Amino acid sequence: MGTDSERSVYLDHAASTPARPEVVAAMVPWLTEHPGNPSGSHAAARAARRAIDDARDHVGVLVGCLPGEVVFTSGGTEADNLAVDGVVRATGGLPVCSAAEHPAVLEPVRDSGGTVVPTDAAGRIDLTVLTEVLDAAADDPGTSVALVSAMAANNETGVVTDVAAVAAVVAEHAPDAVVHTDAVQASAWLDLPVVVRGAGLVSITGHKFGGPKGAGALVVRAGVPLAAVLRGGGQERERRSGTQNVPAIVGLGEAARLMVAERDAMGHRVGDLRNRLEDGLVAAIDGVRRTVPDGTPRTPGVAHLCFDGIESEELLFLLERDGIAASAASSCASGAQEPSPVLAAMGVDRVTAAGSLRLSLGWASTDADVDHALAVIPTAVERLRTHARSVQSR
Amino acid sequence: MTGVDRSGGPVMVAMSGGVDSSVAAALLRDAGHEVVGVTLRLWGGESDSGCCAVSDVDDARRVADALGIEHHVFNLGDDFERDVVAPYVADHAAGRTPNPCVECNRHLKFNRLRHRASALGFDQIATGHHARIVERPDGTRRIARAVDSGKDQSYVLHMLDQAQLAGLLLPIGDLTKDEVRRHASAIGLRTADKPDSQDVCFITRAHGREDFLARRISLTPGRVVDGDGIQVGAVDSVELVTIGQRKGMALAGGGAPRYAVAVDLPTATVTVGSADDLLVDETPVDGLVWTGGPVGTVSLTAQTSAHGTAEPVTVDAGPEDGPSDGPDDGPAQWLVRWARSHRRVAPGQSVVFYDGDEVVGGATAS
Repeated sequence: MGTDSERSVYLDHAASTPARPEVVAAMVPWLTEHPGNPSGSHAAARAARRAIDDARDHVGVLVGCLPGEVVFTSGGTEADNLAVDGVVRATGGLPVCSAAEHPAVLEPVRDSGGTVVPTDAAGRIDLTVLTEVLDAAADDPGTSVALVSAMAANNETGVVTDVAAVAAVVAEHAPDAVVHTDAVQASAWLDLPVVVRGAGLVSITGHKFGGPKGAGALVVRAGVPLAAVLRGGGQERERRSGTQNVPAIVGLGEAARLMVAERDAMGHRVGDLRNRLEDGLVAAIDGVRRTVPDGTPRTPGVAHLCFDGIESEELLFLLERDGIAASAASSCASGAQEPSPVLAAMGVDRVTAAGSLRLSLGWASTDADVDHALAVIPTAVERLRTHARSVQSR
Repeated sequence: MTGVDRSGGPVMVAMSGGVDSSVAAALLRDAGHEVVGVTLRLWGGESDSGCCAVSDVDDARRVADALGIEHHVFNLGDDFERDVVAPYVADHAAGRTPNPCVECNRHLKFNRLRHRASALGFDQIATGHHARIVERPDGTRRIARAVDSGKDQSYVLHMLDQAQLAGLLLPIGDLTKDEVRRHASAIGLRTADKPDSQDVCFITRAHGREDFLARRISLTPGRVVDGDGIQVGAVDSVELVTIGQRKGMALAGGGAPRYAVAVDLPTATVTVGSADDLLVDETPVDGLVWTGGPVGTVSLTAQTSAHGTAEPVTVDAGPEDGPSDGPDDGPAQWLVRWARSHRRVAPGQSVVFYDGDEVVGGATAS
């Protein structure tokens, strides 16, 4: 045994994608040649300002909003925190979200005393319960719902929520509330201007679609009440103070520009790879189930499976030794795998969830990657099951 | 060095983030093994001590980086809760004084981790315990005391059986603690001067055992009485009283020291007595396991705490229908007879049997 150094297959694009070469090329001058701070007034500063405003235009096109509605952040987590905390602080109302949201939404919602709504079996917010929660709040003069957050695509499973349907419920039952959508996972795959229609706040981050880590954005539509969380120099129209990360924002803008041009073709190509991978594993291995119910809309990038009689940590260890980087649920601060709150919200029992595997593909994925995964994963699963049987029979 | 060179195959080293397991990994690597370091994430709750803090995982990871070995984190939190924390709480609720570190070794490190290592292609695991493994002429193995008697951890490894010993390496048992630290320092490991962990990992220094237990079970205030049944003090939680304890019972000062000699949970009564009242000639034990089968007529000693002194004993099968708080079909009770009177052993504590410096078995005080 030993690590197979011949082949390195990256199947964790939902965690982070490699930066595209065009993105890196666009960034480099802003690390080497141009020192300016966008808030200054001299030529170098104005150049930096122009660079991030070009990026702002590209992000505006990607999401379908005005450039002035784009607030650059350090990434998705900051955008989500700003959305929830910013609206709660500006309005004094309560936030609502589903149990399958990313922790960057869930934690601020819980900390603000907000309501967490259960999901359906696919992990999408339960609209019936949401309606009840909103109606109950409307009947209680002491409570008002300020924000409803529903992610466009789930970070673990890729399941797509109909954000417009959520927005319609909110418009009818809590007309003063703002709809926020965490579109971090959707941004690589979905037509955002259509998908996020009705959302007053949208979070994205660059490193999920070929951009660098460290730059994201919260889109804040005109008229949405939002108090700044980071205060100081008043950058980003006083919605997010702090010197902008110019190189990373330039990279984010370039990645957004490329996405707009290439998204549909890439989605088809990667979706075919994903289907071949997932169908191939289901055909080759007994005791495996697709985590997401058949027919559920999802992004093309994620294959999500649960293997009976397997522990994810062991499978990931063996896959790594065979050159495959993948993940199971979410990772905690120590790097250990944590039981998935998303699968729990979907009603997947803990034992089944303990055998889950997320293989996520992206712009860098190839046919050869899928071939290698199909060659390695069934063998690893069989090896672990054989060992487990031998321990039990002792 | 005997602690590092069994078969030369791949070894999975349990790295806590402390200096001992750091050096264990270094020695194995230098002996030519393929080494992978793993840190067990056992406790998800609040922790400022013991083995599970994120900063300790970071130390283990950075030491592995420095050694150029792979490092992984295994989340065995569910197992830890089921096999260590829940029994710890249940033992206290039943008035016993459990040793969670022994149970963690028994269930997590030397069972769960061993099986996982084997599933992943590692037939040998290693830890940074201060103890040695010795091979006997008949081919059986025993745990033996560490070279550094002051750091000896053979007591907490007493439960290891032949299969477990065959797949275990203890690379630092031949080194003193000073030598371990010097070696770590010589090769530039960041953990060279890191203080030893002392505490139970899921009990925080800030809040303590009582606070932890109070979140899970109801704690009962108790009366403290003398041998004549006259109340002489009080305790906040009778579940937390340990046999032999002197403090925390609101006893009047002056006079000879008094110790908890008996705890009766149903009546929430603690009986105190003199140092002499604490002495017994026999200690009943259950769950006895002999490391390499029964030992016959050798002269045994027994040790009842991690750094206690081993005293001469004989071990006999207990009365068939003697008192037992275990299940009806539980393991038979045994009776440890002390050559010289011995302090009462708190129920739940390990009683470990030695033949000279070698562990030959262990049991739990009933």
